[in-house]
Amino acid sequence: MTVNVTRRQFFKLGAAGVASSSMAMMGFAPESAEASVRQFKLTHARETRNNCTYCSVGCGILIYSHGDGSKNVRQEIFHIEGDPDHPVSRGSLCPKGSGLLDFVRSETRLEYPQVRAPGSSEWKRVSWDEALDRIARHIKKDRDANFVERDETGRTVNHWTTSGFLAASGASNEAGYITHKVVRNLGMVAFDNQARV
Amino acid sequence: MTNHWVDIRNANLILSMGGNSAEAHPVGFRWVTEAIEHNKAKLICIDPRYTRTCAVADYKAFIRTGTDITFLGGLIHYLITTNQIQREYVLHYTDASLLVREDYGFEDGIFTGYNPDKKAYDDKSSWMYELGDDGYAVRDMSLQHPRCVYQLMREHYSRYDIDTVSSICGMPREHIEHIWSEIGKMAVPHQTMTILYALGWTQHSIGSQIIRTAAMVQLLLGNMGMPGGGVNALRGHSNIQGLTDLGLLSQLLPGYMTLANASEQDYSAYIKKRAKQPILEGEVSYWKNYEKFHVSLMKSWFGDAATQENNWCFDWLPKLSRPLYDVLDTFERMHKGEINGYFCQGFNPLASFPNRQKVTEGLSRLKYLVVMDPLNTETSEFWKNYGEYNDVDSSQIQTEVIRLPTTCFAEDDGSIVNSARWLQWHWAAAPGPGEARPDTRIMGELFIRLRDLYRQEGGAFPDPILNLDWDYDIPEAPSSEELAQEYNGRALVDLTDDNGNVTRRAGELLSGFSEMTADGRTASGCWIFSGAWTQDGNQMARRDNSDPYGTGNTLGWAWAWPANRRVLYNRASADTQGRPWGREKAFVWWSSEQGRWVGADIPDFPVTSDPARGQGPFIMQPEGVGHFFAGQSMVDGPFPEHYEPFESPIDNNPLHPNNPLAKNNPAGRIYEEDRKALGTREEFPHAATTYRLTEHFHFWTKHARLNAVVQPEQFVEISHQLADEIGVAAGDWVRVSSNRGFIKAVAVVTKRMQPLRIGDRDVHHVGIPIHWGFTGVAKKGYLINALTPVVGDANTQTPEYKSFIVKVEKA
Repeated sequence: MTVNVTRRQFFKLGAAGVASSSMAMMGFAPESAEASVRQFKLTHARETRNNCTYCSVGCGILIYSHGDGSKNVRQEIFHIEGDPDHPVSRGSLCPKGSGLLDFVRSETRLEYPQVRAPGSSEWKRVSWDEALDRIARHIKKDRDANFVERDETGRTVNHWTTSGFLAASGASNEAGYITHKVVRNLGMVAFDNQARV
Repeated sequence: MTNHWVDIRNANLILSMGGNSAEAHPVGFRWVTEAIEHNKAKLICIDPRYTRTCAVADYKAFIRTGTDITFLGGLIHYLITTNQIQREYVLHYTDASLLVREDYGFEDGIFTGYNPDKKAYDDKSSWMYELGDDGYAVRDMSLQHPRCVYQLMREHYSRYDIDTVSSICGMPREHIEHIWSEIGKMAVPHQTMTILYALGWTQHSIGSQIIRTAAMVQLLLGNMGMPGGGVNALRGHSNIQGLTDLGLLSQLLPGYMTLANASEQDYSAYIKKRAKQPILEGEVSYWKNYEKFHVSLMKSWFGDAATQENNWCFDWLPKLSRPLYDVLDTFERMHKGEINGYFCQGFNPLASFPNRQKVTEGLSRLKYLVVMDPLNTETSEFWKNYGEYNDVDSSQIQTEVIRLPTTCFAEDDGSIVNSARWLQWHWAAAPGPGEARPDTRIMGELFIRLRDLYRQEGGAFPDPILNLDWDYDIPEAPSSEELAQEYNGRALVDLTDDNGNVTRRAGELLSGFSEMTADGRTASGCWIFSGAWTQDGNQMARRDNSDPYGTGNTLGWAWAWPANRRVLYNRASADTQGRPWGREKAFVWWSSEQGRWVGADIPDFPVTSDPARGQGPFIMQPEGVGHFFAGQSMVDGPFPEHYEPFESPIDNNPLHPNNPLAKNNPAGRIYEEDRKALGTREEFPHAATTYRLTEHFHFWTKHARLNAVVQPEQFVEISHQLADEIGVAAGDWVRVSSNRGFIKAVAVVTKRMQPLRIGDRDVHHVGIPIHWGFTGVAKKGYLINALTPVVGDANTQTPEYKSFIVKVEKA
């Protein structure tokens, strides 16, 4: 018998697993190699619930990764599909969402902090500490030099207009909230996100 | 969205205009097809192109880009003159009956209060209701008074007759007649039309007013607050709604609160201006609670340092010396060398902002640029030579660029807000590549470093930095759970009711914004998100998709702001006595047995307010009713008016042919240098519009191999007629140029584009998809914002990407 097993049928077969393997022992072996049930590729995967990162329909997705979460194991994402429970998307994804795995694993993902010096045509890899120290120093230097406590008519304004910040509307609310909390309280006003464009 | 994705299935008619959801929001669009198949709904699609949405529409029409107000204004005229309005709704749930001040006027395209020198309406005092001796607006329930909003609206749109509409929009009369008559049928109380729009309405110098015109149509038809109704913005990014809600815009604070202007030095005056009191007697006017939300925010940010005595640190917040520090302003100042540092967190302005040459020059004048992104964006490499795609000389660019790798959605925990205002929680499935870190940690590490520097060295006004409340388990890496609970809010001391009974223990999470106080006893970082993470746990992570009323409302799935409400203004789904407008549209209604509002949604209304009290359903408005007349809330007029795009393929505004001041939006946002960079129709005769493809997402998916494979090469769409005119065959390379730059692309010659008859001439359109650039794994292409003009919507400053002029020629 040649068995074309859908995912749903596979779970049924799995439930009857003991019985089917006993049948094989009794001589009801499959006729040829292709008759064996292919290893279900998500069997040992960890399933994580998430949402598509592209448009704002907010389709539910299931992310499958290898690794059991142990300390010395690096979890690796290898499959993403629609979440059938989701009341809007009901398991479907569009051509954008169907390519999510290639976004996560894109070869053009950034992996290390880098600096491009003035006039240079190259990146130089630096440590996180060096990158963050440099940024903090840039911020402080510009803020200390250009922060305005009172305007020319003596009104309190407490703002810093010579640096600006664009925030990410692909990032989470929590990232957005803490970004606002930090940026605004440096006195920054040239602050926007993609909603403006 | 005032409504939500699944609710589209409840519509009887769907108007898709200023968007192409079949292409850009395909999974959301399935609810349109659901309505067509199972609710016998009809779909109308109006677009400059024959789009994928048009392909499944019952009625479709081409429209010249940028003329939507004309079409909708004509529709208002048609609905009023044929008396196809939901009269009871209009009478009781809108401002139609309110009288406007006598000195309000509109003449040859200009409203009263215009200052031509400033190119702005600097005196909006006449854009206001007439107030009686009791301080409330005067009404005429007969709608006959010549200065009542209804009559003013009727008069304003009387100029938008069908021939005018046809001539401006380039749409044949019979198409217009047919579509208007279909829409008119929705004036009956038990039928609804929903309107779906996206960037095709926002990216115009008159974008906000286009959307207002749509809202006016929906009020006339009685469709706001109704299941299958509403005005629904289909937003672009996965959390653009959330970042807007959290106020990450130059003039905002979280929850649509606003920063003070420099002229607002007095705290109580700042609050008083925003804590709107009712303009009609007895109305809810929910913004009157503004101070509770504001003080709770200040307690969230400054903790014990925020006290009644120091006005809750009012002076610590930056004040605005100019109306806006939006991106157009910022890049104008950057171009002049007035900006030293710039941060791009998951944002690619070189690709996303108009006039790419201006952006490159601006970035080149920075001292430092910080890019935080999962991907190698064009912006982070603006200084690097990529031949014709980025022709710069690195040695001449003195900007120090620091690039930080961030994790992406699959690698962090947190919530995002979809277009329907649902906050959905997600979990990390794996760590990021290499040394990538979450944005939350990067901001935490930066803040701790800065605080240390200010502690050690002092510096300019350190108070808000040194006192910023930062009580996180790991100060360098606040967790998403901690931050979500912070924006939800908690009680700082025991809260008690009027009888002294404790209603909320100190330290407990709030159940919603109604618990907030203006005396410093509560903290919340974003009042409209309050209720998202309560004592009952993380509401955003809920996964009950049951729909007990069969309306498509799944109140147990995730959590929607405000207060888990799924359809805004839903009180308006019932008549003045609290009964549903129709059996099929029963949604929220008054139960006299229970003495409360009940139904399929959380009522958007005081839940025990008896209909007999007559409170209006639009509780955020001081009048309690929907606005045909915008009052002073818009900068460019209380009624929407058609103005030509700043780059138009015709010579004047056909509505005001003899008034050059009224050719374009008189209050549109444009700088002098950018005005000089506008082209003329003689040199650039073709109308251009930009758009997106279903295979791609902005400038991200050219980094994803699958998407790069299925849509590999940059192209533009032109009609057969235009192709013949310029001697181009399908597949030829063309050069598309504007007065600011050029791109080269393959020509797709198609019947999906058609020349439109405008006045006495044919206007050709060029369709320009946006998705290519010089980084990523796809074929390299030109950033199309080399072409676009730096012109902003008068209210939102959103650039006019949808309407400009170019010249197409064989490359």
